[in-house]
Amino acid sequence: MAAVSATTGEVKLLGLWRSPYVTRVGIALNLKKVGYEFVQEEVQGQKSEILLKSNPVYKKIPVLIHQGKPVCESAIIVEYIDEIWTSEPPILPSHPFDRAVARFWVTYIDDKLLALVRTLVFGATEGTSKAEVADGGAEAFQLLEEAFAKCSHGKEYFGGDTIGYLDIALGCWLGWIKAVEDVSNIKFLDEKKVPLLVGWAERFLQNEAVKGTMLEADEYVQRVKNLSASAR
Amino acid sequence: MDPPSSLKLLGSWADSHTHRVQLALKLKGLEFEYQEEDAINPSPALLLHNPVYKKVPVLLHSDRPVVESVVILQYIDETWADNPIMPADPFERAVARFWCHFAEDKLAPAVGAVFSSSGEGQKTAVDQVHDNLKLLERELRDGAFKGKRFFGGDKIGLLDIVLGCGSYWLAVFEEVMEVKLVDPGTFPVFHAWLKDFEEQNEVKETIPAIDKLLEYARGIRQMMLSLSNGTSTTAPAAAGTTSAINVAVDGRSG
Repeated sequence: MAAVSATTGEVKLLGLWRSPYVTRVGIALNLKKVGYEFVQEEVQGQKSEILLKSNPVYKKIPVLIHQGKPVCESAIIVEYIDEIWTSEPPILPSHPFDRAVARFWVTYIDDKLLALVRTLVFGATEGTSKAEVADGGAEAFQLLEEAFAKCSHGKEYFGGDTIGYLDIALGCWLGWIKAVEDVSNIKFLDEKKVPLLVGWAERFLQNEAVKGTMLEADEYVQRVKNLSASAR
Repeated sequence: MDPPSSLKLLGSWADSHTHRVQLALKLKGLEFEYQEEDAINPSPALLLHNPVYKKVPVLLHSDRPVVESVVILQYIDETWADNPIMPADPFERAVARFWCHFAEDKLAPAVGAVFSSSGEGQKTAVDQVHDNLKLLERELRDGAFKGKRFFGGDKIGLLDIVLGCGSYWLAVFEEVMEVKLVDPGTFPVFHAWLKDFEEQNEVKETIPAIDKLLEYARGIRQMMLSLSNGTSTTAPAAAGTTSAINVAVDGRSG
């Protein structure tokens, strides 16, 4: 990756590409053409010294270390990247109202998607049927479809002509979503119900900035199968 | 007749998230219209402008809604540049945002859990509040906020607003539940910060009088105990009381 304003040693990303949150940071760094060192962190079992030191509160990935200082929480890291490396394209929208809308939907995505994927992978908790979870997911995607229509203004991405904050926040989940669809036989990215999102997802996954930040599709499927099996 | 304001806030009087927005608007010297919302009976305006969560606060600016208190605070700061709430430096901004996330993700639910539980469950919840406060205390004493009067520096900033509007529940719950949450001996820096924060004029104008909050909290606690007979460790509160507590402490359900 060509470095613009950072030497490789200056930026480190602690993570694993299977984490959609790590994917977010990778995409943001790629968009800004920032060179960085990727430090693979094994989060099961003994966590590394550097992870524990740089994220003592949560002990989680991703952590971005820039000039020796750690930044934690993927959405916060993406905003940080946008504020430090100010080259085009901007990741956050320029108008405060559009920023507020994007931040709202990112909060919503963080609220819904992990729970959705987790429940479908590990099984529904007592009192909720798989059908109810599927309905909840379909509703979420319907809302995101409407959000896309409003935010994109007829363009290719939530961010307009280029991938933005909301594209990154949702797009990072596509590997897991498609894998869960495959294994559970539930369709969220249904052309008939959310045609705009289906088109967007395809474009997103082909985007240059996304390359190298996600696993192969079958790797997500394998993980879902392994996790579901171990849950029984 | 007053000229129509381009700013309108839908809020609830005992909701800490509403107080955050009111405080920010006050700090910016912005006039706004206020509409009181009943958490159990949302108005058509609330349902229209926050269809996803149907909760306060909602800030309407020229009829366009901004939702989620931390999103609203940043919107206010980005729209009106005087008396900035966010730090200027990107790293400090990331740190402020991180601890806001911590406040919503860890501290607020722990405080809420103290209120809605009893017996062993409550002891666990109190321990969790203490663990969370220890992290903040450490950050104030030795970490990112060392030597600062407020989290925002010399003046109140985003994190002060987010933590401060909600921390008054600590004193209220201490009295209603007879538990010790913020012992000045254990959390001297946090305690000192909170007292300083609460003395600021804009804060005094925003946060309701403690006796009103006590009365409110006692009422909810009574309702909860009478529903559960006070025997369960996590009181299964009826929708109304859960909603009321969550509105007060957390701003949302779950």
